[in-house]
Amino acid sequence: MRKNLVNWLAAAAIGLTASLAMAGPGPEELTKQLTEEVLAAVEADTEIRAGDTEKAIRLVEERVLPHFNFGHMTALAVGRDWRGASPEQRQALTEQFRTLLVRTYSNALTQYDNQTIVFKPFRGRPDDRDAQVRTEIRQPGAQAIQMDFSLEMVGENWKVYDVVVAGVSLVTNYRASFSQQVRQTGIDGLIESLKVKNRDMVAEKS
Amino acid sequence: MHRHGRTLVGRMAAPMVAAVLALGGCASTPDNPDDPLEGYNRAVFAFNDRLDKAVLKPTAQVYDKFTPLPLRAGIGNFFGNIGDVWIGVNNILQGKGADGMSDLARVLINSTVGILGIFDIATEFGLERHDEDFGQTLGSWGVAEGPYFMLPVLGPRTLRDAGATAVDLTVDNTWYGGQLVTETGVTILKLVNTRANLLAADKVLDEGALDRYVYLREAYLQRRRYEVYDGRPPREREDDYWSDDSGGR
Repeated sequence: MRKNLVNWLAAAAIGLTASLAMAGPGPEELTKQLTEEVLAAVEADTEIRAGDTEKAIRLVEERVLPHFNFGHMTALAVGRDWRGASPEQRQALTEQFRTLLVRTYSNALTQYDNQTIVFKPFRGRPDDRDAQVRTEIRQPGAQAIQMDFSLEMVGENWKVYDVVVAGVSLVTNYRASFSQQVRQTGIDGLIESLKVKNRDMVAEKS
Repeated sequence: MHRHGRTLVGRMAAPMVAAVLALGGCASTPDNPDDPLEGYNRAVFAFNDRLDKAVLKPTAQVYDKFTPLPLRAGIGNFFGNIGDVWIGVNNILQGKGADGMSDLARVLINSTVGILGIFDIATEFGLERHDEDFGQTLGSWGVAEGPYFMLPVLGPRTLRDAGATAVDLTVDNTWYGGQLVTETGVTILKLVNTRANLLAADKVLDEGALDRYVYLREAYLQRRRYEVYDGRPPREREDDYWSDDSGGR
């Protein structure tokens, strides 16, 4: 009887550990891992720090993108017009918006200059499916900048769907210009202007 | 109120009002409910942009390059320390007495141990610097933002914040003894210092924006709402159409 109980407890413990391991890190741990990994990589990489945008983009694509929910980000940026977009248009919008964000903010990584990220106390409950992780970018000789991440549970994993820097959402800040574009030229027009923008950015670099 | 303190602001306000009266009328088809003065605003934005490219940005770049970090931090801390008095007053006006007291304690510590504010010792003691101004105080009292309103040289504001900026500047200028030369010098140094801190953000605005004017406007409005709510604005969920049918959550 007693032995059975011990066996059962052991099995339960293994099962619990396994399921915890499968669930992946929580929102705070994930954000910590992500930012620490990226900052360490940038710090160690003299080429990125010298302004090699392409290399910064590769770093972001490999390490950061898997943890972002770009579909949701695009829907948030597009707002109301998302309803009227066909599945193909949604996919094209998501692709172009992803390219735009990755290019813009990979570029920002090349400006890294000894900033550190400090995490504020996390207020979330274990059963939440939507969470906010609040951080602060500290930089020597200048005022700290607030950086807040919004994450949601997608399947078994937490994914980032918004980043708010100094109170400005990198996502919804596009909404006004996107809806202005849609009003003038339709959803296809917006897709087209994003394509042109992304192409110009590549051209400027080379 | 100090007589000279008012002159600098007064001299900036008069042409501003004139410009609004002259240009506000020709604002064509407002696209955005927050921005009925878009015509005027875009004109001032274009002017500010040219001024920035010709004078402010190059100056800030030189400053950025030749001012060693400790000096730069010292300059930022010195002005920050003087600014903390008004930040404290605004916290008290907003009913946040504890924060206000902490700001005034900061001034006490930094003015003495921090040698006239050159070192920000208070932050190391755990008294964090707050971000307050009179526009945020008005916002917390429920004063509406009013239309988006671009100021010459100073950049984006809302009508509420443009008025509040006049108050902020007047208060700020009284610390410098009412000497117009000092006031002007201090204003320029602060402008250059602030601009230098924003140099890194230029790339994002230049490369990330479809329309720089709209991008800056949205960023400014979002940031001010965030500040008025001290970093916890009500979450806007009404325009989230992801969960509708995408099955994302």
